Amino acid sequence: MIYFLQHYWWLVVSLLGALLVFLMFVQGGQTLLFGTANNEEEKTLLVNALGHKWELTFTTLVTFGGAMFASFPLYYSTSFGGAYWLWITILFLFVIQAVSYEYRNKAGNLLGAKTYEVFLFLNGTLGTILLGVAVATFFTGGSFVMDKMSITETAKPSISYWTSSWHGLEAITVPFNFLMGIVVFLAARTLGLLYVIMQIDSESLKSKCKSRVKATGIGFVVAFILFLVSLFTRVGYSVNPESGLITPVQYKYFFNMIELGWPAVMLLIGVVLVLWGLGNNYYGKGKYSFYLASAGVVFSVWSILICAAFNNTAFFVSTYNLQDSLTLYNSSSSLFTLKVMAWVTLLLPFVIAYIVYVWRALTRKNISIEDLNSQDAHKY
Amino acid sequence: MFLTTLTDLSRLQFALTAMFHWIFVPLTIGLGLIIAIMESYYVISGMDFWKRTTKFWMNIFAVNFAIGVATGIILEFQFGTNWSNYAWFVGDIFGAPLAIEGILAFFMESTFFAIMFFGWNKVSKKTHLISTWLVFIGTVLSAYWILVANAWMQYPAGMQFNPDTARNEMVDFWAVATSPVAVNKFFHTLMNAFVLASVVVVGISAWYLKKKREEEFSRKSIKIAAFTGLISIILLIYTGDGSAQQVAQKQPMKLAAMEGLYDGQNGTPLIAVGLLNNKKFKALMNNDSLGYELEKPYLMKISIPKALSLLGYRNLNAFVPGINDIIKGGYVFKDENGNPCIAQSFEEKSLSGKIAINALASYNKAKKAGDENSMEDSKNELQENFNNFGYGYIKEAKDIVPNVPLVFYSFRIMVILGGYFLFFFILTLWLEKKEMIGRCRWFQILAIISVPLVYICSQAGWIVAEVGRQPWTIQNLLPVQASVSGVSSSTVLTTVILFFVLFSVLLAAELSILFKVIAKGPSSH
Repeated sequence: MIYFLQHYWWLVVSLLGALLVFLMFVQGGQTLLFGTANNEEEKTLLVNALGHKWELTFTTLVTFGGAMFASFPLYYSTSFGGAYWLWITILFLFVIQAVSYEYRNKAGNLLGAKTYEVFLFLNGTLGTILLGVAVATFFTGGSFVMDKMSITETAKPSISYWTSSWHGLEAITVPFNFLMGIVVFLAARTLGLLYVIMQIDSESLKSKCKSRVKATGIGFVVAFILFLVSLFTRVGYSVNPESGLITPVQYKYFFNMIELGWPAVMLLIGVVLVLWGLGNNYYGKGKYSFYLASAGVVFSVWSILICAAFNNTAFFVSTYNLQDSLTLYNSSSSLFTLKVMAWVTLLLPFVIAYIVYVWRALTRKNISIEDLNSQDAHKY
Repeated sequence: MFLTTLTDLSRLQFALTAMFHWIFVPLTIGLGLIIAIMESYYVISGMDFWKRTTKFWMNIFAVNFAIGVATGIILEFQFGTNWSNYAWFVGDIFGAPLAIEGILAFFMESTFFAIMFFGWNKVSKKTHLISTWLVFIGTVLSAYWILVANAWMQYPAGMQFNPDTARNEMVDFWAVATSPVAVNKFFHTLMNAFVLASVVVVGISAWYLKKKREEEFSRKSIKIAAFTGLISIILLIYTGDGSAQQVAQKQPMKLAAMEGLYDGQNGTPLIAVGLLNNKKFKALMNNDSLGYELEKPYLMKISIPKALSLLGYRNLNAFVPGINDIIKGGYVFKDENGNPCIAQSFEEKSLSGKIAINALASYNKAKKAGDENSMEDSKNELQENFNNFGYGYIKEAKDIVPNVPLVFYSFRIMVILGGYFLFFFILTLWLEKKEMIGRCRWFQILAIISVPLVYICSQAGWIVAEVGRQPWTIQNLLPVQASVSGVSSSTVLTTVILFFVLFSVLLAAELSILFKVIAKGPSSH
């Protein structure tokens, strides 16, 4: 039973992670504040179109964190407590985003609209890259020591600690991690561009986005292919579920895809949807490009994250001592907690249903300057 | 105090974030209710006046909401970044309410927030109203789950320690989710939020009256807020009384600190007003036993006879243990089942805690050696002593005493201001009924001054709750220094400074925007 629930919960947190990458189209859109939206009207349109959705992305990030804490607390403890600077930097980059929408356009905001736009830009660039780097550590791990029984050493009862004084910032220097950061950034920007094309009633901004999405979309696809090649050819770490012994396996993630099969199908569907979405934008009317590419991103990211831990794979490897690595089996919550939490997830379809309802109600009509200047509008 | 620098800094960072978070959250929750009431008036009456009024307060809500969200995520992440031992030791229990909060409450808030602000022309009036109420319900649910988590730390229930995983594991979800401490804490905090928002609404409205602006808007806003505030403050005082009773029985050291009570007695009086002799507390902390013996606890006091016994135990002659009694033990108290027990001394608890920790280490060794008999013996020893597990980390008796002056004065500030707000709301409603509120200048000034006072009151309440439970992150099971992450103190010091600067800038910007919004007034909406 616990074996099933550990895998079920990894599926749930992976799904939240995949949805988060999709919803970071908001962050991707924020990168258009400089270099694309060139005048005040375009910036206002852009900020308002994204501003209707930023809360959803933020909430998904918070819930991803909460779900990780509840289902795999040892990861929460080891990664957050060890890769301290990486997570704190990500936090800062998201905190400055949260206030920027509401404050940017308000009289008396002290820092000036430009500063809040820079905050949004930093969140859209560094925020997405660093979050990608943090997620990449599911494949590359970190240099940490973990021993639950250290709690009995009363002088220094640290269950885990990081051996690098950079506390997580060193992860950026790992090429694979950085590549994943770039992939997440490009995915966010591509989706952001597609969202703006779909949602904003401004021909000038639309045409600029249409021209930008070509290069960004191709860049995203190329970077993603490079990432997949790098992922499938790297060494992964297998765990023996009986003994807990962890051993290196060449092409582990490729084998995970092939041996499990269904994540490979998901990945394939994801890639096809992304290409369809982009093709639809390049060659067709592009009406559904955003939704197609978004669904593609969700499927692709979900399948990759599944392969990080399924098929007896260590999902957070200690490069300092392999046997300290985290697996679904040694890091999860108890059977009882996972079960209680699983009941709660039965409410997820209801949650998704009202999110879809609200999304549709608010995106039915494109956002225009006339709307924003209307009496009832809450303008960012 | 035994606290090391890393622990102090980690506490400081968490306290800074939590206090900053709590500037914004109560206003969001309370204003959510007031806005929902106002919009209901609008939908029922169809009067544009109510729409304008609702939208003005919504604007205040929006500026406040964003920064509450931003600080909330920092708190959530800090459980991992700064309290990683804690995250594993109790993550099995603590994580669940946090995740439920995300799934059930945060999505509700953030989704319907979008309708509330951007949906005026996009959905029907009724759908909009329902969305506003759902945002409010979302904030309330969110408060409930996080307070369940907080209450569990103060009164651990529904769990069992598992020596194989070296952590506490949940065995009874409902015991966690509906613990009496959680329920009481929830209502007390919720009422606090309603009172705070009510005072803010009355204060801002009074400012307009003083400026002879927006009279209808202000008077109607005052009426709704003062009525909400009066009901809430009565319930706040009621739940505060319940909270004091729970503290007396479950966290006696906190109660002793709240009262500056060093030596207990039967029929203990309550200090209504008092000045502590700080030399006594300092002597205790500096191991100056002679000074500690000689110094008197108070410089002056006005006390209500037997009131503390009545408050804590519903019995005029009940024995209330003081700090010395709790350290020395030997007094009789009733356990959870109402059976009389003799309290253990600190020395006994410390020894028992060390036995528990050693038993866990022995269990692990025996497990590695495959020695099942030793495993069983160690497990039994651990279970017998587990209630004192956290005492095994504590070196000296003084280390189980929280900062008495801080808790003592915070408690008085909270109670005195709480009493004042009861009077304030009665006065507000009376003046409004007599139609004097528009020309009563001294009241208008009083109402404006009351706004910072209600924030001080609210923060003081949390200081009592959180400083009063030191040194425990989990009452009796895990002290703060055994909960922290293995990072360097200089790292945490740097982030404390960064957070402080960030929070200060954001707070200044928020206040500046709010003042502009208020100065502009509801007529612009």
